[in-house]
Amino acid sequence: MQKPVTLPITDQKRFHLSINKILPFLIPVIVILFWQVSSTLGWLSSSVLPSPLAVLQDGIKLTASGELPKNLSISLYRATVGLLIGGGIGFILGFINGMSNTFSLLFDSSIQMFRNIPHLALIPLIILWLGINESAKISLVAIGTMFPVYINTFHGIRSVDPDLIEMGKSYELTKRQMFFKIIFPAALPQILVGIRYALGVMWTTLIVAETISASSGIGYMANNAEDFMDMETVVLCIVVYAVLGKISDLVAKSFESLLLEWQHTGRSNA
Amino acid sequence: MNDSMISIKNVNKIYNNQTTALHDVSLDIKQGEFIALVGMSGGGKSTLLRLIAGLEKPSSGNVTINSTDSKSLMRVMFQEDRLLPWMSVLDNLSFGSKDKNTKAHALELLELVELSDYADHYPTQLSGGQKQRIALARALMTDPKILLLDEPLGALDALTRRKMQDLILDICQKQNLTTILVTHDVEEAARMADRIIVMKNSTNSYEENCPKNRNAGQIGIVADRVLGEILEENELQKQTA
Ligand SMILES: Nc1ncnc2c1ncn2[C@@H]1O[C@H](COP(=O)(O)OP(=O)(O)OP(=O)(O)O)[C@@H](O)[C@H]1O
Ligand SMILES: [Mg+2]
Repeated sequence: MQKPVTLPITDQKRFHLSINKILPFLIPVIVILFWQVSSTLGWLSSSVLPSPLAVLQDGIKLTASGELPKNLSISLYRATVGLLIGGGIGFILGFINGMSNTFSLLFDSSIQMFRNIPHLALIPLIILWLGINESAKISLVAIGTMFPVYINTFHGIRSVDPDLIEMGKSYELTKRQMFFKIIFPAALPQILVGIRYALGVMWTTLIVAETISASSGIGYMANNAEDFMDMETVVLCIVVYAVLGKISDLVAKSFESLLLEWQHTGRSNA
Repeated sequence: MNDSMISIKNVNKIYNNQTTALHDVSLDIKQGEFIALVGMSGGGKSTLLRLIAGLEKPSSGNVTINSTDSKSLMRVMFQEDRLLPWMSVLDNLSFGSKDKNTKAHALELLELVELSDYADHYPTQLSGGQKQRIALARALMTDPKILLLDEPLGALDALTRRKMQDLILDICQKQNLTTILVTHDVEEAARMADRIIVMKNSTNSYEENCPKNRNAGQIGIVADRVLGEILEENELQKQTA
């Protein structure tokens, strides 16, 4: 009888793992240190770029006053609702068109045409229709995130290995089983690629929309600070966006490794 | 007047209007019979199995399956393992069904193919031969009436191969299955089958009935004769080329 064996991780490998954890942070840390030193020594005028410490102090001040949390949460709300609506519509359209030739003939070319319009070009139109209230921002995010999810869902479903579908047929799987046991899991990696891409689009859209027309949100905060020549807050908002983007990427990645566990077992990939 | 389980009449199969995979194949297979299908690569063996399984339509001619019950009638073990990479070995056998009996049955079959310790592994963690045995176990899960095996043991070492041959024979005899086994190993064909069919020029040109309770010597003789038939086609092809 054969038994599977697991080899113990050697010390050398552990050392490697901890180095790998540190490595990605090396460059950001060096850049920030250099930046701080330049500001302290006066190489970098605070009217060009405020020092990291000044930005941090500004962040603490705005958090204490409640301004940053308030604007942050409104931005998060718009991003999430927009993504859920856009991603939901994109997934449903991708699903329908992926599963049915008739529907894809009917819808796909129109969707592709619409997709080629940069969605930010719709801002004036949407403001005219919906004013500057929440629905305008949410619609823009929804339109922006819909397409990446649509395209990747559609493609993912269309490129399922036909051999596996044939196998499912010969094992008399029902339509439902066929979708949940074969088509959906096979398309999932591609769908998740679409969602990750949509997360990027989501933040960019929101920044632009909030900068152009809003009375709250991080984009508004940055725009407002610009009017008062408040450099620290402008930079702070940029940093907040960077952090938000990184966090959503990490969330997406951990979702991926959770849902696609099967892809990461068995292959000792570096 | 026809007591055959599978009856194939004047079947032609042409892919994409250009590749003739099968040419005028007629064949009757009796209930409970064990057929071995041999022949050169590209000779149409897999195509014939797919036509019998109803996964492909003949370009002309008829394939008839004579059976009253239609549920779980046929099981195919494909030439490629076609395991679902996102399911554990156990779930691949049961397609994720949570039914207690299904699970018990799956574990039983894993025991038979000697892979009990791999129930929770994913297919990517298995060797080629192990994957093949899982695919074999999956084909045996639902007690079919007809078993279509496309090179089920090609990736196995001699010892495991012999054990799996005996396992297949045992199951087929106990359940009185009608079986078609595609193989490149003429010894295997001569050892296992009641009847060997050689595919030549896209048709079943030669048949060999194997004696019951054959000994090693008889197996060798049958295997040699079948191999001779296959080689003859090779010679013919060389001459026409
Ligand atoms: N889906 C397909 N589309 C087009 N041509 C095909 C297809 N499947 C098989 N063929 C062609 O039909 C012929 C017979 O193929 P088949 O797979 O039945 O051979 P085989 O006897 O199973 O070969 P092997 O022993 O290598 O598995 C080959 O010439 C092949 O190129
Ligand atoms: Mg084949």
